[in-house]
Amino acid sequence: MSLNYRCPEFLVERVESNCIECQACERQCANEVHFYDQDFEKMRAKDENCVNCHRCVVICPTNAIGIRKHPSEYKENHNWTAGMINNIQKQAESGGVLLSGMGNPTKKKIYWDHLLLNASQVTNPSIDPLREPMELKTFLGRKPSKLEFDEEEQIKDLPPQLELSAPIMFGAMSFGSISINACKSLARAASEVGIIYNTGEGGLHEDLRQYGENTMVQVASGRFGVNQDYLEAGAGIEIKIGQGAKPGIGGHLPGEKVGPEVSKTRMIPEGTDALSPAPHHDIYSIEDLRQLIYALKEATDYQKPVSVKISAVHNSAAIASGIATAGADIITIDGYRGGTGAAPTMIRDNVGIPIELALAAVDDRLREEGLRNQVSLVVSGSVRNSADVVKAIALGADAVYIASAALISLGCHMCQSCYTGKCNWGIATQEPELVKRLNPEVGFERAKNLIEGWAHEIKEMLGGMGINALESLRGNRLMLRGIDLTDRELEILGVKLAGE
Amino acid sequence: MVNRQEKVLSGCAISGILNRKGKKFSGREIIDSIALMHDRSNGMGGGFAAYGIYPERKDEYAIHLFYDDLEAKNKVEKFLNCHFDISVGEVVPTREISSIEDSPLIWRYFSKPEEQKLSASGLEEDEYVAQCVMNINSDYQGAFVVSSGKNMGVFKGVGYPEEIGEFYKLEEYEAYLWTAHGRFPTNTPGWWGGAHPFTLLDWSIVHNGEISSYGANKRYLEMFGYKCSMMTDTEAITYLFDLMLRKHDLPLEVAVKAVAAPLWSEIERMEVEEQQLVKSIRQVYSSALLNGPFSIILGHQNGFIALNDRIKLRPLVVAEDEERIYVASEESAIREICADPDKVWSPRGGEAVIGLLEGRSEIE
Amino acid sequence: MKRIYAKEEYCLGCKLCEVYCVTSHSASKDIIKAHKLESITPRLIIESSDNLSFALQCRHCDEADCTRACITGAMQKDEETGVVNYDEERCVGCWTCIMACSFGVIRREQAGKKVIAKCDLCIEEEAPACVTNCPNDALVLAERAEEEGVQ
Ligand code: SF4
Ligand code: SF4
Ligand code: SF4
Repeated sequence: MSLNYRCPEFLVERVESNCIECQACERQCANEVHFYDQDFEKMRAKDENCVNCHRCVVICPTNAIGIRKHPSEYKENHNWTAGMINNIQKQAESGGVLLSGMGNPTKKKIYWDHLLLNASQVTNPSIDPLREPMELKTFLGRKPSKLEFDEEEQIKDLPPQLELSAPIMFGAMSFGSISINACKSLARAASEVGIIYNTGEGGLHEDLRQYGENTMVQVASGRFGVNQDYLEAGAGIEIKIGQGAKPGIGGHLPGEKVGPEVSKTRMIPEGTDALSPAPHHDIYSIEDLRQLIYALKEATDYQKPVSVKISAVHNSAAIASGIATAGADIITIDGYRGGTGAAPTMIRDNVGIPIELALAAVDDRLREEGLRNQVSLVVSGSVRNSADVVKAIALGADAVYIASAALISLGCHMCQSCYTGKCNWGIATQEPELVKRLNPEVGFERAKNLIEGWAHEIKEMLGGMGINALESLRGNRLMLRGIDLTDRELEILGVKLAGE
Repeated sequence: MVNRQEKVLSGCAISGILNRKGKKFSGREIIDSIALMHDRSNGMGGGFAAYGIYPERKDEYAIHLFYDDLEAKNKVEKFLNCHFDISVGEVVPTREISSIEDSPLIWRYFSKPEEQKLSASGLEEDEYVAQCVMNINSDYQGAFVVSSGKNMGVFKGVGYPEEIGEFYKLEEYEAYLWTAHGRFPTNTPGWWGGAHPFTLLDWSIVHNGEISSYGANKRYLEMFGYKCSMMTDTEAITYLFDLMLRKHDLPLEVAVKAVAAPLWSEIERMEVEEQQLVKSIRQVYSSALLNGPFSIILGHQNGFIALNDRIKLRPLVVAEDEERIYVASEESAIREICADPDKVWSPRGGEAVIGLLEGRSEIE
Repeated sequence: MKRIYAKEEYCLGCKLCEVYCVTSHSASKDIIKAHKLESITPRLIIESSDNLSFALQCRHCDEADCTRACITGAMQKDEETGVVNYDEERCVGCWTCIMACSFGVIRREQAGKKVIAKCDLCIEEEAPACVTNCPNDALVLAERAEEEGVQ
């Protein structure tokens, strides 16, 4: 049967008086929406193909294009929403699992937006970051609970640390899930601003080796691209247990994305599906995790901090405390709004918990158990701006990972179609003609600007609070107040209500 | 006693005098010095710490206590009797001062830890006492331990500092080290326990400023078992020094570099060895950094440390003559009692001024 | 002298360079009028085959064949700027230059008549319009030395 039961999602509008028929839109839409009609001598569009990525909108030299939500509406129903109905139509058509890209977009409470920051007035002066030093330097890694000296009164070396110029890192995104040009842009930006980017579970492409000092290499359940060389190439190693967008689920990079370069980097045959199992098949318990942590430390001569990344789930606090005692130097927690290249929609939208609550609970637990100094705490899962970063630090994080925000800086317009492999912005794609749309010379500059811009803003906010070093904000929940939160929520977050 | 949920804010005056030769002098001078800075306080709190005042009982912990009422006193005395051997328990002598009212019951106990309890606890003597003090302060409604060191005592209350000095008859005490504080709180009702100095064991702190890092410092201290029940900066500062100097046994310079850490830009310019030390301090004790404007005098039986925040947002002046070293918020407060010192200077931000008794090489 | 070089690995083949070239050489300098009311031939050519594309303009050769071939002396290389340009008045529309150019970057003016359309490096503007407006920095204006080897 040929009839598609779904209504088109978007409507492509063209201001005809503006359109000069240059056809740039046609050439830039990988979804083949726009076309030039010889007979009418004008541009037309196949609306049903549009995913609303805004590539054409941005590229059109005369601003002739607007993409709108399709006006056809279902009869109002707060239970059976358009999204629900469309999903069922899709599945009735395909019989498959619904897939989505990027993070959970559903309308649930975003706790960052219910937290407000403090500023100094009279009793202590605010500090002007343009005139006074303002320090954002951050070290990630295990710290002893007290400073130790040897017999000669010499200070004992600390365990290895990652040094960051600002408490922000680019989150794990593999080469394969994103293009080589996106990887290059982020890696170079990280190295120029003095932060870290994360390889994800995609191995390390030759061209990225030069950024080793700014690289976190990831070891995930598929073990793609992992060998001695790889472990030594980065500044730190991250064991990925879970990801906020799909807790408890493995990864799947379809064979068509495994071209020659991806195949070489991941060390798997070209064209085969790259499957990361849901669990690590050598980790069935916390003791096993400990073994892997120490195997990796042993392999790298205890020179690299080892991070363990989990998704934020119901008992994150207990898990995190187990991870700390298992020997991890850094714990990374990815909240339920964390992004992904592809995840089953039902999982993405319904599994896991908000990062803000998980962070507060984990930080509390680690402190209760006197473990907080031993591990650094990194959070991710939708940190959208510098204020979110500041709030995360005040709740107790040492640093954050940003991934969606980093991709947006490279051009991503959040159309959430990453899983189609036809990213018009050259990011979540392996097709050469699309990949080249992201010029890393341009990309790195944009990603770098983003971090620098956020760093400036963080300094402004710190200065306003009368603080001139980031560490004085870490876990300083007195700098936060809640609005529109219940007593129980405030209690978990460990913050007072605004006005208190 | 007030149930403290809210951070206490205040501005202030501080002053301190040490006779390096250990010669003792009466409380008159320190009262005169702090009185000169009358306008820096608002009558909501004043206090003094005096070292060397109980020579005949110098091996016993002198526990000074405030009680709201007899009920609190009975309860706490029961606790004290159970945990300590008390040789003397007495009222701290005071005189009537018209402006000073609502004073609590003020007692002091010279005591030693009860042997059996101490050995059962497995703690060092000092730690045992520190924990008992924190227990009283957090668990006993209506009671507050003012000081708990040996051969020292703290005298404080609600009023201008010079009135508090008169009230406690400080001219009758002789000490080799005095520190004083006049308080200008912005938001809290006068509360006797809330006045400075704040103490733990031998440590006493007077402090002018507001610590923006308080929330971070407090949660850090809690990890090491400290209970910041008073919600004051002074309390947190005292505990930080106690943690680093007593519990972690760090050299004084290290502790100073932790609370008033050099800037990274300065660290980059240091010699390799020093750089490594300071870098490690900043990593391990990052949560001990005191951020925000402050000047403090940390008193101890061996001497004192005076310190400014690292970008010097609060005043601090130091002077020296042959036997004594003076510190104060304002130079005039020093000149009031020592018209012509040999040397007067204003230390840089983050630069600690350490005054030690002759023959002592370390504070702890 | 500075010339325009193409980085074909980043050329999208979007042809916006062409759009802006036309606008820049229009009388109105208005993108919509230039395309709807005027008839202007772009001064550059976008070569493409499969995934490969790049924009090509006059190379402003040091030993320019077109200047030698020109029968009226309309085509000249400016000593000062190095730009190879032509004098519309003197051009008789013989198109010998078109045949002589080994890069094939000289075109007939579509509006007809005799004149030819070729890149003048937007000499009146701050930078060539195609370079300024390329959305992916695939065109650069550079001294040859820096860009040795780039086509
Ligand atoms: S898919 Fe993107 S490029 Fe194509 S029409 Fe829609 S918004 Fe434009
Ligand atoms: S890019 Fe804009 S002007 Fe060009 S054809 Fe498309 S809609 Fe028309
Ligand atoms: S504007 Fe740039 S990317 Fe587009 S065709 Fe011209 S040179 Fe290529």
